[in-house]
Amino acid sequence: MGMRDMVRSATGWPVLKQLKHKDLFALGETAYSTRTKELAPRIRQADGVTKSVCPYCAVGCGQLVYTIGDKITDIEGDPDSPISEGRLCPKGAATFGLVTGSHRLHNVLYRAPHGTEWKTIPLEEAMDMIAARVKSVRDSTWEAATEDGTPLNRTMGIAHLGGATLDNEENYLIKKLFTALGAIQIENQARI
Amino acid sequence: MAECHPVGFHWPMEAKRRGAKLIHIDPRFTRTSAVADIHVPIRAGSDIAFLGGLINYIISTDRYFPEYVVNYTNASKIVSEEFQDTEDLHGFFSGWNPDDGGYDVDSWQYEGFDVSPMPGGSGRFGAAGERKTERANERQDESLQDPRCVFQILKRHYSRYTPEMVDATCGIPEDQFLAVAKTLCDNSGRERTSAICYAVGWTQHSVGAQYIRAASIVQLLLGNIGRPGGGILALRGHASIQGSTDIPTLYNLLPGYMPMPKAGPHPDLPSYIDGNTAPTGWWSNLPKYFVSLLKAWYGVAANENNDYCYDYLPRLTGDHSHMSTVAEMADGKLKGYFVMGENPTVGSMHGALHRKGLRELDWLVVRDFAVTETADFWQDAPEIKRGEIRTQDIKTEVFFFPCAAHTEKEGSFTNTQRLLQWHHTAVQPPGDARSELHFMYHLGRRLKRLYADSADPKDRAIRDLTWDYPTEGEHDEPGAEAVLAEISGYTMTDGEALGGFLELADDGTTACGCWIYSGSYKDRVNQAARRKAGREQTWVAPEWGWAWPANRRILYNRASADPAGRPWSERKKLVWWNDDRGVWEGLDQVDFVAGRPPSYRPGAKAQGVDALSGIDPFIMQGDGKGWLYAPNGLLDGPLPTHYEPQESVVANPLYKQQCNPARMEWKRRDNPFHKAHDDPRFPFVVTTYRLTEHHTAGAMSRWVAWLAELQPEMFCEVSPELARERGLSNGGWATITTARGEIEARVLVTERLRSLRLKGRTVHQIGLPYHWGSKGLSTGDTVNELIGFVGDPNVSIQESKALTADIVAGRRSRGRRVVTSGDLVARIEEDATERDLPGARGSADASHGHKNGEATEGRTHS
Repeated sequence: MGMRDMVRSATGWPVLKQLKHKDLFALGETAYSTRTKELAPRIRQADGVTKSVCPYCAVGCGQLVYTIGDKITDIEGDPDSPISEGRLCPKGAATFGLVTGSHRLHNVLYRAPHGTEWKTIPLEEAMDMIAARVKSVRDSTWEAATEDGTPLNRTMGIAHLGGATLDNEENYLIKKLFTALGAIQIENQARI
Repeated sequence: MAECHPVGFHWPMEAKRRGAKLIHIDPRFTRTSAVADIHVPIRAGSDIAFLGGLINYIISTDRYFPEYVVNYTNASKIVSEEFQDTEDLHGFFSGWNPDDGGYDVDSWQYEGFDVSPMPGGSGRFGAAGERKTERANERQDESLQDPRCVFQILKRHYSRYTPEMVDATCGIPEDQFLAVAKTLCDNSGRERTSAICYAVGWTQHSVGAQYIRAASIVQLLLGNIGRPGGGILALRGHASIQGSTDIPTLYNLLPGYMPMPKAGPHPDLPSYIDGNTAPTGWWSNLPKYFVSLLKAWYGVAANENNDYCYDYLPRLTGDHSHMSTVAEMADGKLKGYFVMGENPTVGSMHGALHRKGLRELDWLVVRDFAVTETADFWQDAPEIKRGEIRTQDIKTEVFFFPCAAHTEKEGSFTNTQRLLQWHHTAVQPPGDARSELHFMYHLGRRLKRLYADSADPKDRAIRDLTWDYPTEGEHDEPGAEAVLAEISGYTMTDGEALGGFLELADDGTTACGCWIYSGSYKDRVNQAARRKAGREQTWVAPEWGWAWPANRRILYNRASADPAGRPWSERKKLVWWNDDRGVWEGLDQVDFVAGRPPSYRPGAKAQGVDALSGIDPFIMQGDGKGWLYAPNGLLDGPLPTHYEPQESVVANPLYKQQCNPARMEWKRRDNPFHKAHDDPRFPFVVTTYRLTEHHTAGAMSRWVAWLAELQPEMFCEVSPELARERGLSNGGWATITTARGEIEARVLVTERLRSLRLKGRTVHQIGLPYHWGSKGLSTGDTVNELIGFVGDPNVSIQESKALTADIVAGRRSRGRRVVTSGDLVARIEEDATERDLPGARGSADASHGHKNGEATEGRTHS
């Protein structure tokens, strides 16, 4: 190391920098490296931000969903929300993992009667299979009336248990369609 | 609250910073206790004794709010002279019928007039017709001295709920109880209000609805309802669990808390309307809401001549709730089951009985992010690991559909304060993942096609169902806003969006999918999507989202003003009567008849909403008053009464009757119970709960790496005393057993879970977080395997917050055992009279409370 390098190295010595900037405890400007200065939050690069609501508990904290193209890059609390004022709890703050994690499955799985494994089947085929099964059970278990003629108009062959994390509009279609089909054992986590 | 609703808890902390006192009552010491002024450890299952103690304290020390109590509650109403209290009948009210295991509510009525409860809420299932209110004949004593007035009945009912009794029942020392009572009373009145927050620790009991009733009595006596900073606040655990009650996927309800038709009493539209419409109070509007719902569902097909297609609705013949359905499933009576965003083999009680039910199905559909324990029951379950059931012998066909996340679809959640908030689509769902809206819409389209040519009358309900929602995008996603528009309501003539439920009619001119949500799409504007920043509004923030009903943020807020319509105090003002303008005004939308002055008194013949006086804030009630005493509407009594859980460590200290006599109890060989109390095999109390880092049955947290890392493993919490007694070591293993199942868990020895002293006897409690199952990144045994089928008679909720169990050191020896494969413990001869007085539950069959399965006795299922 030549003299010039030694001098440069010495002036780069944190203590000298601290003295020069009158930042004796290194709590101010001198604590920053060039890399630190160039760091920016992930949300800075986002090209879209969507208003949302936390999907976990019922407090209903506001969320901001940051995206680049069709990828979610971050989910943060929404400071505009009068409920949460920008805060999220450990679960709410982990929403990014919930929606982008590798655990999420992308295909419909099917296990045949007495089968020993799952296999992948196309969505449209699966939907057709469900519709056919619903019709078959409904038609074969239909109860028009009691023995004394009191109307029943129902099937006791099909039941539903719905999560309380679904949207109101989804629950509305669930109740509407299943009731029209005559299914009455339509239940929810709200009972439990 | 700090554990399970952390961000909501920042408001109590803000209040504390301003001088509020925070009291935490919970068997375990949590993050809430850590910052509370007082933490009160309580024996799980004894809260009505505690709340009854508060009621007794408030009345006996004259700490109630006299003007509020006399004017806004039913304290002064005179009750029928036939009424007899639990004090007179060893734990029963008058009207008990042992043969059908339920109450006849006639003797509970007010003298001179019967009052309607909520629609569908009268008497036991199948009871004919609803009661009718005739306010003209009501009798009252505003001095509250008449021995038959509600106030005096209340006073007598709780007179033995003394601090000494609270100590002996709950394990709460007298001085601590008195400190709580005094703090609560000091902080109630004109200038101050107190709020009570609760969660499922109060509801999951065989007397759960009455826990909440007890809290409502405390709050009504103190004048803490309908006022800012007051109330009883249910802290619900899921993003839209409130919404799924309002727009119910519940067997007994139609949207907006209207009852499903019952086969016997409601054969046609006139009988349904007549049976469910209250003569007085807001529920007198039910015909408008009901006909508008039928118009929303059946459109032009529904008209006056065909009872608006009332005949399309299926009819109830009993309790068809979750536990009843699963028990019937286990008996092979169901064919197909849809499970959407739920994981019942972990989240519901008695997982083994659930799996037995799933094995009996023809087909099962599960929709979730990943394959849950419920979806994989046919290859990943204790009975399969032990070889008691073979996968290839299970006939059930299983479909798993990947779901869209909330960021991949749009729609509204209703939060715990009844606030609808819209979430927008940020990205498209991956692969074949779809929203439930997509699934239901396209399933409905397929079924409409399959039934398109049917001439069978039973298929008309599907053919006539309105199902024309616009779709968009490459996946043909139905428009959630179009569904919200239908929920909010429109005119039949020109499809104009309705402004609210005041515009609904019973003549078929309006359609509305859920009357309490009417106005959420007012002016064709998605009101739930409003997001004016909180800092730019008043503290009420009326322009953030939309609250039902009619964007009112505090229910029954007429009670925030005195009888003359003036705020009780400047500090606690919310709405008030403006005499010059002749309207109610204030910071919130008034929850009252807008132009009705405080001085208004109904005439003797007044009906409907006209029968509500200017000092009747509780407009949903037939008499407009807050009910300290419920003359109607509950199945297990007009006043909350302390009963022990189905399984307890002690005999009921207050009554000879041990348990709620009207409770629901499934008597099946695969659902055995312990002795009513002092079962030597199961000497400890168990309670269950949630953790900050996990979410209910785990499907939204055990697969998430950050959360799994924070709480990686199942554990149990025990006190140092219990650890010594059973040789449990911190960080070691323990096995916890009931007659239903057994689980193992790591041991956390901690003073956070205290052993309590009851009359000199030590009671140990075991704390169990219930999130775990065999799948995901963080795994562990499932707590709900331990819990049996027993429940509350009013709402059919299970008793999972207080039961008994045994705990021993060490891991279970091999694969986990479950009772569906055979008895886990030797059966002992049970004395039924320990739970119910001799003859109290006469002939068990066909009553509301007894649920006999095919596996009742004599048959074992393996």
